[in-house]
Amino acid sequence: MSELTGAAVSLAEAPAPADTPSKPLSAQRVQPLRRPGRWIVTAAVLVLVAQILHGLVTNPFYQWDRFRYWFLRPTVLDGLLVTLEVAALSAVLGLLGGILLALARLSGSPVLRAVSWTYTWLFRSVPLIVVLIFLYNFSALYKTLSLGVPFGPAFVTFDESRLATDMTIAVIGLSLNEAAYAAEVVRGGILSVDQGQHEAAAALGLPRGHQFRRIVFPQALRSITPNYVNQLIGLIKSTSLVFYVSLLDLFGTVQSMGSTYPGDVVPLLTVATVWYLILTSAVSVVQFYVERYYARGATRALPPTPLQKARAGLADLRARLSREAAV
Amino acid sequence: MTTAQTLPKAAPAALEVHGVHKWYGSHRVLDGIDLTVRPGEVTVILGPSGSGKSTLLRVVNHLEKPEIGHVSVGGELIGVKRHGDRLRELSERAILAQRSRIGFVFQNFNLFPHLTVLENVAAAPAATGRLTRAAAQELARELLDRVGLGDKTGAYPRQLSGGQQQRVAIARALALRPGIILFDEPTSALDPELVGEVLAVIKDLATSGTTLVIVTHEIGFAREVADQVVFIDGGRIVEQGPPGEVLDRPRHARTREFLGKVL
Repeated sequence: MSELTGAAVSLAEAPAPADTPSKPLSAQRVQPLRRPGRWIVTAAVLVLVAQILHGLVTNPFYQWDRFRYWFLRPTVLDGLLVTLEVAALSAVLGLLGGILLALARLSGSPVLRAVSWTYTWLFRSVPLIVVLIFLYNFSALYKTLSLGVPFGPAFVTFDESRLATDMTIAVIGLSLNEAAYAAEVVRGGILSVDQGQHEAAAALGLPRGHQFRRIVFPQALRSITPNYVNQLIGLIKSTSLVFYVSLLDLFGTVQSMGSTYPGDVVPLLTVATVWYLILTSAVSVVQFYVERYYARGATRALPPTPLQKARAGLADLRARLSREAAV
Repeated sequence: MTTAQTLPKAAPAALEVHGVHKWYGSHRVLDGIDLTVRPGEVTVILGPSGSGKSTLLRVVNHLEKPEIGHVSVGGELIGVKRHGDRLRELSERAILAQRSRIGFVFQNFNLFPHLTVLENVAAAPAATGRLTRAAAQELARELLDRVGLGDKTGAYPRQLSGGQQQRVAIARALALRPGIILFDEPTSALDPELVGEVLAVIKDLATSGTTLVIVTHEIGFAREVADQVVFIDGGRIVEQGPPGEVLDRPRHARTREFLGKVL
């Protein structure tokens, strides 16, 4: 109680030192709080960033002329193409596999649920590099691969040594691994859709496939997208492991060029770094627009695109400046 | 509950519920429900929360399976078929087809948030192949006009008020051209000032001769539109009859107690 009266007293006293009689209190604009600490930290960080940039540009260690030489070399671009190809194929196959695994995991059949769980458990436990090298030696273990009844007749038979190119092995290995993670991402997305949506779709008598494809999955994609893009970025970086199954991707190319030109190891690594940066940035841009697309209806207004944001910011700034000028 | 036997064979009841029992684990939710609704009749189900009235409604369109007993809509058994003297579960496809002839309006609307209002209403007739896409949208426009939302076809559900959303949900149920529409507390999630617009739409349906079964707490509305009021408590029908009897001269103490609380 005493605190309350104390507050009341100080409130009553507050307007007493009226040394600025220029405007009535109600007409005055509130002075923004000064934050000297923030200015000091900002300055310190800026100095640090400038130092790093300066080092990057001037340190001869980076050999920027060699970087320029290598950046668009056909061998490097060939490697980049392999990386893109492996990443794109495994991303699509992995997602498809993940969707199937997630559906199996959520199905009513205990066998399907167990198979899906075991698959995810296995491939999340085994390091990708082990899977890849395992597959690489697979063709030695099984000469032919056939599709048919177990212990019964085979319908289709593949000659594995012809089928299992380095590219196939890489894509299969990455997809197997990716599917295990994607399964959990997709399952999480499906579970995040409100139970009422499943019920409404069922109550309307919508066909089963339609319920999933048009009602549940589009809503699940809203939470699947950011998580899957996370996966995807991991996948793009994991493609560097295909070097170990003798596929020359971006990293593999850089690595082998590095052993041929030992003086250029650092600029070659920088080349790879910059290309990986460009790839993940491209994925992030695509992510933004995909998320925006699937946000339809979820929010009252769609989030603005960067261009719209920039325009709004500019208009805001102009309005503020004209206001300041008027004061 | 002998009404079922006295009905003439020629005109099947719009809805018949026969000895329905339902448990959630060891908890008995429905304990032998018998109910008959004649075509064009409006039935209002009242009861305290947890009395099983929503479950009863969900059993009617087989969102919940009854453990014992069966339900038929328009003379057709729901979710099961007769096989000699036994009942066998229908395939999911057949159950979905049956549901597409029963309208259901949820307490929380459950509109599809990623589809526009028009797409929400047109979805079922188009997806079940009953109408072409264009015809389904034409029908949707017509129905949205009927519930007073002809100007909102392009909006997304979350851009609408609760009352508007529930009216879209009613239009979506109507798009099935259902023989019967079930309402599960259609106004319970609404702000008080929005309740009226939804009740007005339901009343319009009632007077146009659509068979309705409504679970609600709106006693005044029940008195106005109901042909039959059913009071449920503890998974049993305690009392049923015309609103003048059940609401004004309840015979059971539990009904009197309940009405005393909500009126």
